[in-house]
Amino acid sequence: MTEVIRLETPLTHEKVAQLKAGDNVLISGVIYTGRDAAHKKMIEALASGEKLPFDMKDQIIYFVGPTPPKPGQVIGSAGPTTSYRMDAYSPKLIAEGLTGMIGKGLRSPEVIEVMEKYGAVYFGAIGGAGALIAKRIVSAEVIAYPELGPEAVRRLVVKDFPVIVLIDHLGNNLYDIGKAQFERA
Amino acid sequence: MKTIQVNEIIEAVEKLCIEANYDLGADVMLSLKQALTTETSPLGREVFERLIENATIAHEERVPMCQDTGMTVVFVEVGQDLHIEGGSLTEALNEGVRRGYEKGYLRKSVVKDPFDRVNTGDNTPAIIHYDLVPGDELHITVAPKGAGSENMGALKMCKPSDGLEGAMQFVMDTVDKAGGNPCPPIIVGVGVGGTMEKSTYLAKKALLRNVGVHNKEARLARIEEKLLEQINKLGIGSQGFGGMNTALAVNLEVYPTHIAMLPVAVNINCHSARHKEITLKGRDE
Repeated sequence: MTEVIRLETPLTHEKVAQLKAGDNVLISGVIYTGRDAAHKKMIEALASGEKLPFDMKDQIIYFVGPTPPKPGQVIGSAGPTTSYRMDAYSPKLIAEGLTGMIGKGLRSPEVIEVMEKYGAVYFGAIGGAGALIAKRIVSAEVIAYPELGPEAVRRLVVKDFPVIVLIDHLGNNLYDIGKAQFERA
Repeated sequence: MKTIQVNEIIEAVEKLCIEANYDLGADVMLSLKQALTTETSPLGREVFERLIENATIAHEERVPMCQDTGMTVVFVEVGQDLHIEGGSLTEALNEGVRRGYEKGYLRKSVVKDPFDRVNTGDNTPAIIHYDLVPGDELHITVAPKGAGSENMGALKMCKPSDGLEGAMQFVMDTVDKAGGNPCPPIIVGVGVGGTMEKSTYLAKKALLRNVGVHNKEARLARIEEKLLEQINKLGIGSQGFGGMNTALAVNLEVYPTHIAMLPVAVNINCHSARHKEITLKGRDE
C-alpha cells in the first residue's frame, strides 16, 4: 500500500498546491456529480447568464452516471466515466472556480493548460470499481437536471473516497510519468 | 422438429444480463490474481487489489461491478431445425434485456437517436448478431459492452503489402493511443480479414473467448502471445498509471479476404470482460 493523503473538501488553492501527480488520496466531504449531458447544460446555462446548479468555487466534480440504487442503497455502482468527453466543457468550469475533477483517462492539452493557469487538480478513480466506490458514498441527492436520470447533477457526501492524483496544478501527468517508468523497448 | 417457447428465451436473457454485470468471469479473476503477483508498480498492485475486492463485493452483494452496464450485445446461434413458438425471437431477446436491466438495477444507457440522444429507458434495442447453425438448439451469449472501452476500438483497411507486421503495428498503435481510457487491464479483440464489417464483427466476437484460451491455430496463437508481450511492454499499466500489466489477453480471429484487402479491426474490452452464455435445448412438440 502506498502512502495515503487525507483530503477534506472544499478543495482550496492551498490544498491544491500540496497535491502532486501520483499521490494516493482519500477524499471526505461534499463533491458533485456531472457527466456529458449535465456539462452541456451547465455550459449553456453559463452562456445565457443563468445560475449554475452549485457554486463552483473550490469544488470537485465527479464524472459519473451511477446505476439505479437497490432498495436500501444510497447509490448504485458509481465508478468514473472517461473524462475526455468533458474536455470541451471543463476549462469554462475551472474558470468559474472549480478546483477538482474526478474521472478516468487522458485529458486534452487545453484542459491541462487551464488547470495550470487557475490551479486545479485532476484525480483518477479506479475505472470499473463501481461497487467498491459506492461504499464510500455516504449520501446522494439530485440537485439539478433530474430529467437526465443517471446523468443528473448529484450532491454526494463521501467518506475516504479513493483517488489518485493524475494531473497536478503544475501539469505533471501520471499517465506520462508512469508509462515512461515502465516502458520497455 | 424441436420447439422452444419465447418465454424461456426471455427468462434466460434476463438472467444472463444480470449475471454478466454482477459476476466477473473466473478466468478474469484468476488473471487479475496472476497479474498482482507479477506487477512491480505499487500503484498498479493497489489497483489489482481493489479490482479483485470490487468483483468480490459485486458478486456477494448482487450489484453491478461497474456503473456502465453497457449496450447489450447478444450473439445468438440458432439451430436450423429449431422452431421458436409464441412470438418473434428478436422481440424475445429485447424483452429479456428490458426485464434484466430493470430487475437487476442496471443502468439504462441507450439513446434512441444518435443525434437527439433521448434515452429509451430500458436499454433496448440490443445489438443482436444471428448465426444459423446445424441442429435444434439455441445458444445465446450476452456480452454487455461499456462505452469507455468500445470508444477506443478502431478499424484500418490495411494494404496487403502491410502484411502481418503492419497489422500488428496497427493493433499496437490502437492500444497505445487508448492509454488508460478503456480501463486497463484490457482484453484486446482483433479481427483480421473478410470485409470492413466482417473484421469488426470478428474483433468483437474474439472478446467472447475466455482469458488464457488461445486461437486453436498454433500460428495465430503465437501472434496472440507476441502481441500480448509487446502490449505489456508499452508500460501503460493497470488504469494507465504505469505498470507491467496493460493487457490480460489478446484474442485474434481471422477470415478469408479479398486479393486487394487486409482489414484489421481492434475491439478493446475493459477488465470486467462481461459475457455469459446458455444453451437452450428444443423440446419435442
